[in-house]
Amino acid sequence: MNEIDIIRIQILAILGSLGLIIFIINLIRKKRLREEFSILWLLTAVIFLFISIFRRLLDKFSYLIGIEYPPAALFLILILGLTLVSIHFSVAISELKETNKRLLQEIGLIKAELEEKWRREK
Amino acid sequence: MKKIAIIPAFNEERNIEGVILSLRQYQPDFDIVVINDGSTDETSTIARKTGQAVIIDLPANVGIGGAVQTGFLYSLRKNYDLAIQIDGDGQHEASEIQKIIEPILTNQADMVIGSRFLLPSKYRSTWLRRLGIKIFSLLNLIFLGEKFTDSTSGFRAFNRRAIEILSREYPDDFPEPEAIFLLKKKGLRIVEVPVSMKIRQSGKSSLTFFRSIYYMIKVLLAISVSMLRK
Repeated sequence: MNEIDIIRIQILAILGSLGLIIFIINLIRKKRLREEFSILWLLTAVIFLFISIFRRLLDKFSYLIGIEYPPAALFLILILGLTLVSIHFSVAISELKETNKRLLQEIGLIKAELEEKWRREK
Repeated sequence: MKKIAIIPAFNEERNIEGVILSLRQYQPDFDIVVINDGSTDETSTIARKTGQAVIIDLPANVGIGGAVQTGFLYSLRKNYDLAIQIDGDGQHEASEIQKIIEPILTNQADMVIGSRFLLPSKYRSTWLRRLGIKIFSLLNLIFLGEKFTDSTSGFRAFNRRAIEILSREYPDDFPEPEAIFLLKKKGLRIVEVPVSMKIRQSGKSSLTFFRSIYYMIKVLLAISVSMLRK
C-alpha cells in the first residue's frame, strides 16, 4: 500500500470515528439516549479516533500484546467494546425485568384492593 | 390464626373452579387468593363466579414465581400467619392440606413441602422430571446436608417468617428448588411430609422436553451462584 492510500483510509477512519462521536452526543442532547448507556459507546469511539489519528499507536499496541497483523488488533478492540456494551445491556434488561415484575405485582394488588373497596361501598 | 391459600393460575379455566370449591369444602376457615398470571382464557371470570376467593389479575404474565410472590405480598399486607401454596391445575388435593399445615401449626417448621416420594405411591412422572428431582435432591444433600425427596413440589405451607423472606426474594420461574436454599440460608426449618397427588386433570404441563432441560440448567446455576452469595 502506498502513502496516499494510507492517508486516504486514515482520513476516512478519523471522519468515521468523529461521526460516531457526534451521533452519540447528539442522541444524548436530544434525550434519546441516557448518559449511562452512552459511556461505553463513547469510549469505544474515542479509542478509535485516537488510533486513527496516531497510526503508530495501533502498531505499538499490537506489538505490545503480540499481535502480528496490526489491523487484527482493531477487530479485537472493536469486539471487546461490543461485548462490554452487550453485557451492559443484559444487566440493564435484568434490572428492567425485576422492576417490571414488581410493577405488575403492585398493579395486581392495587386493583384487587380497589375492587374490595368498591364492593364494600356498594 | 389467619390462614390463606395462594393459588397461582395461568390458563386454568377448566380446573380453577374445582380447586376453589374443594378447598372451601375441606378447609372452610382458609381465605383464598387466586393469582391470575395474565391468563388469556376465562380463568379470572370463572374464579370470580365462585364468590369464594379474592382474585388478583396480573396485567401480564410474570411467571409462576412472580405470581406466587404476589400471593406472599398479599398475605403479608393482610397479616396472615399461615399461607399454603396450591396449584391451580388440581393436582394437589385439598384433602391433603391438613398434613402440610400441621408442622406449621405445631411450630415445628417454617416451611412444609408436600412430597410425592416419601411414601411408595403410584404417582408417575416423566423420567426427565424424576432425573431432575434426583439431581436437586443430591444438591440439597451436598450443600445443605439435608435430604429433600421432592424439591420441585409446589404444594407447600409457610409461616409468617417464610412469607416475609420470600415476598422479598423469590425466583420468577421454577422457584421451588431455589426457595429451599433461600430459606435454609436464613436458617429456617423446612420439613417434608408425605402427600398423594393426582395426575393433572386437564390442560398440559408447562414442562416440555426443552423447558425441562432449561429448568435444570437454570436452577443448577441459580443454586450454585447463590452459594457464592453470603
